[in-house]
Amino acid sequence: MAGAAVLGRLGWRTASIAEVRPETPRVKTIALEVPGWPGHRAGQHVDIRLTAEDGYQAERSYSIAAPEDGERVELTVEEVDDGEVSPYLTAEARAGDELEIRGPVGGYFVWDSDYPGPILLVGGGSGVVPLMAMIRQRGAIPTTLVYSARTLGDVIYRDELERLAGGGLDIVLTLTRTQPQGWAGHSRRVDAELLAAVAPPPDQRPLAFVCGPTPFVEAVALALVDLGHDPGLVKTERFGPTGT
Amino acid sequence: MPPISRGFRGKRRDAPADRVPPGQYVTPDFPVLSAGPTPHRPIQEWDFTIVGEVDELHRWSWDEFQALPTETVTVDIHCVTRWSKLDTTWEGVSVDTLLEGIETEAEYATAFCDGGYTTNLPLEDLTGGKAWVASAYEGEPLDPEHGGPARLLVPHLYFWKSAKWVRGLGLSATDEPGFWESNGYHLYGDPWREQRYWGD
Repeated sequence: MAGAAVLGRLGWRTASIAEVRPETPRVKTIALEVPGWPGHRAGQHVDIRLTAEDGYQAERSYSIAAPEDGERVELTVEEVDDGEVSPYLTAEARAGDELEIRGPVGGYFVWDSDYPGPILLVGGGSGVVPLMAMIRQRGAIPTTLVYSARTLGDVIYRDELERLAGGGLDIVLTLTRTQPQGWAGHSRRVDAELLAAVAPPPDQRPLAFVCGPTPFVEAVALALVDLGHDPGLVKTERFGPTGT
Repeated sequence: MPPISRGFRGKRRDAPADRVPPGQYVTPDFPVLSAGPTPHRPIQEWDFTIVGEVDELHRWSWDEFQALPTETVTVDIHCVTRWSKLDTTWEGVSVDTLLEGIETEAEYATAFCDGGYTTNLPLEDLTGGKAWVASAYEGEPLDPEHGGPARLLVPHLYFWKSAKWVRGLGLSATDEPGFWESNGYHLYGDPWREQRYWGD
């Protein structure tokens, strides 16, 4: 399971913001132009560094939201309460601004197009971001996305997900806090019962990618193992407002 | 000169500069990062072994491990994902205690764990009072999601080296990349030299 070959140091590159696109009230997609970008795999992340006028710097890591596309790198960022970098990216940054980027990073939580079985993606909140990069490049590989959001308004990429659904992509949405009138979808947390009903069964040996806040990932990964899925096929990425 | 990000000021949290490595920020929380499900192994099945280039296999059951002398240490920890946490208090068995009386020519160790995780370290980074197998955090038994029943604690390296759910050390003459070290992360991982990724 070798990662993308990284030859020499992953240096900082100057990126300019090409576009800022609102996704939900708290989430924006930041499209970057990165001259010399070496390419990346779905699921990888990058480091972002901001520099203030007096030289003060702050760095954070963000998942890449879209497959490789030349020198364009898209991040989808949720504003973290009391955060330092995310509020800048979601509220202040605009087209033409410059920042630094380093990457791609990570050789484990990455899409594997050679995997012979179905793919199960389970995302909580903005944990859907690296999974979306996978969905956007999945081709014909049978894929199930189980996506938990608080409300319909918090669903990132909603229109695109509706468009992409079908043709081997199953999308299972669960809204855990409030549901719109007439909501026919799920409203429970992602637990063993929901996964047993909607995910490929263990005997199909799905490769699972689980991403979200720690309690979400803990619960989902444990439920998958309890249902009989091979722990070695459950890849997790935990993030989060470090305050939760 | 790095480009200025227009309008960025930052939070400038007060932190003692000599305790926070470059690129890190201090958090009061204790975030969790693991690559797979948290293992839940019955404690009767737990043991700790030292294997590889040793005179003979050394093994401690949970009860035997609990009977070893422990140390309580207060240290700063630094995660490669950029958070640092200051003044964390752990109780554990010094790796020096575990290696006492073991004859080896090895210069490297691979920590192995429930769940299949591995990480590699030079043996000299595990000895001389620099590393512990910790089973309590802030006076409480270590939570499974933070690596309980026991995790390695090597606070002077990035925290992925402090392997959760550790079950033993394999000693060898060569430095074999572990899990994250095979997946883009630095072979050694010194936070003060910002050795995050391959080539750093």
